[in-house]
Amino acid sequence: MYEALWRHLPGPWPVRVLSCLVLLVAVVAVLFLVVFPWAEPRLPFTDVTVTHSSPSPS
Amino acid sequence: MTDDVAVPQPAQESPDAAHAPEPTPPPVRRIDGWSVLHGAGEVLITLGCILLLFAVYELVWTNVTADRHESGVRHDLVQSFDDPSSAPSTNPGASPGTTSPPPRSTTPQPGDAFAVMYIPALGAHWAKAVVEGVDLSDLKGTIGHYPRTALPGQIGNFAVAGHRATNGQPLADVPDIVEGSLVYVRTGTAWYTYRVTRHQIVAPNAVEVLLPVPGKPGARPTQAVITITTCNPRWASFERWIVSGVLIDTRAETEGPPSGLDVRG
Repeated sequence: MYEALWRHLPGPWPVRVLSCLVLLVAVVAVLFLVVFPWAEPRLPFTDVTVTHSSPSPS
Repeated sequence: MTDDVAVPQPAQESPDAAHAPEPTPPPVRRIDGWSVLHGAGEVLITLGCILLLFAVYELVWTNVTADRHESGVRHDLVQSFDDPSSAPSTNPGASPGTTSPPPRSTTPQPGDAFAVMYIPALGAHWAKAVVEGVDLSDLKGTIGHYPRTALPGQIGNFAVAGHRATNGQPLADVPDIVEGSLVYVRTGTAWYTYRVTRHQIVAPNAVEVLLPVPGKPGARPTQAVITITTCNPRWASFERWIVSGVLIDTRAETEGPPSGLDVRG
């Protein structure tokens, strides 16, 4: 997977390293700004309220 | 010795190779199996890294963003309390000639910050904005007010919730709130002081703690009480930690903060 990525990146190795870093930052940004905020309320770590076991209007 | 033993093996294979040109596929298949394993390993390591990143997100990132959000909300709110004429669009329909803001007796809109809570037991400068609603989006470092429960100072149960871990974790040290601890609530028209009477640990569906008279369905409330809910244990959240208190003092906004309360920061 990563080997194939490395092979398909253009340019000499310093350029490839730079491309890899840019890709890494982009992936982390998508995770932090989109994926994790979406997943957080679906996980049972942050429940602080008392509610009826079935989803209540409150 | 071992070299001698190893020699016959290629010798046995070579006759097979001489019979047909087939020996090439097996090595290719073996490389395929290896690359599948290799790829699976990479996927698992990647998933591990994503889980680690999620831990960083929960334990660091949500606290940083929630704290920034909360202090901004509280700053604006305190400013509107201190200088009511600068209140940012609390009543857009009001005529420009209106000098005094409308009394804060009406129910706040969902998501709106309407009070500031001070709990010295959690730190001399512990202050958090109180927002209407208890959805995750209402609890970004702030304290959320359960809709349809009493407002601060009202007869009935002023019920709120806050995070004990992640998202600003305002109630991280909730065990430090003990019997006799004071909880101050500033609404812009009054300062309310509640004294903590007890804490208890209940099931997540113990909604009776939110009743106007906690634990007594149908009972008619005669006093103003406060109920604070948060998760228990801190990092697992399969129970709820409940702090209960009663209103012991009310003073007008113009009288200034209650003595003994440090409202700086």
